[in-house]
Amino acid sequence: MNGPLVIFFVLAILAIVGALSLILQRHPIHSALSLIVVMVAIAGLYLLMGAEFVAAVQIIVYGGAIMVLFVFVIMLLNAGAEERTNFSKLAKFAGLPLALALTGLLAAAMVRHGNAIPNPATPGALASTDRLSTLLFTTFVYPFELTSFLILVAIMGALVLAQREKS
Amino acid sequence: MVPTQYYLILSAILFGLGAAAFVFRRNIITIFMSIELMLNAVNLAFVAFSQARGGLEGQVFVLFVIVVAAAEAAVGLGIIILTARNRQSLNVERVDLLKL
Repeated sequence: MNGPLVIFFVLAILAIVGALSLILQRHPIHSALSLIVVMVAIAGLYLLMGAEFVAAVQIIVYGGAIMVLFVFVIMLLNAGAEERTNFSKLAKFAGLPLALALTGLLAAAMVRHGNAIPNPATPGALASTDRLSTLLFTTFVYPFELTSFLILVAIMGALVLAQREKS
Repeated sequence: MVPTQYYLILSAILFGLGAAAFVFRRNIITIFMSIELMLNAVNLAFVAFSQARGGLEGQVFVLFVIVVAAAEAAVGLGIIILTARNRQSLNVERVDLLKL
């Protein structure tokens, strides 16, 4: 077993354990902390694939900004442990088998047709941020500009939603 | 080196766990976090394919997905605050105005 493969399995197990913990914890703050573990593990996998800029953005935007927003809202609303209600019957009897079937179907397709998926020619080669930004500002410049409108609309939407109603 | 296949299998497992969390959890904030988990799983597949093809387009898509997720988190958490204020509860089963 070579080095990258060992690192991959360590990070993959960390991500899966974090995701399981997200499901099993009853308190939302514990779920949020588990999700941060998953995101850091995925950032490590990006580094392993040589996507350095995406790894940095993953840590800063996902692990930093978005998760801080989540933790902030959980604290603001003083969210306690999830109350136990009588579970929807549909979710109880159809949910678990269907979720397992979805995972199994996706994973089985990857296992069966694994040979058809190309492997990288130069594994671990760093994707240069220079080339990435050139691509972003030439080929994908219109989608990039559209995202700025999206963020503007999201800011206005969040402000309108969260403001106190005028009496 | 790690075969691309392994990344895709991990991505499938994470997506399945996210979908399971979406169905099973009753807390609206946890449900929202499971959506983020599914987005992360898809991002992982994008980067794996990008690396396998040797191009960088997949990584550009990941950046767009992250931007959309950030916008979604801002609006979604605004809606959650509004719901919690109106219903005094974060349980999705108590938000049943549209239920028959």
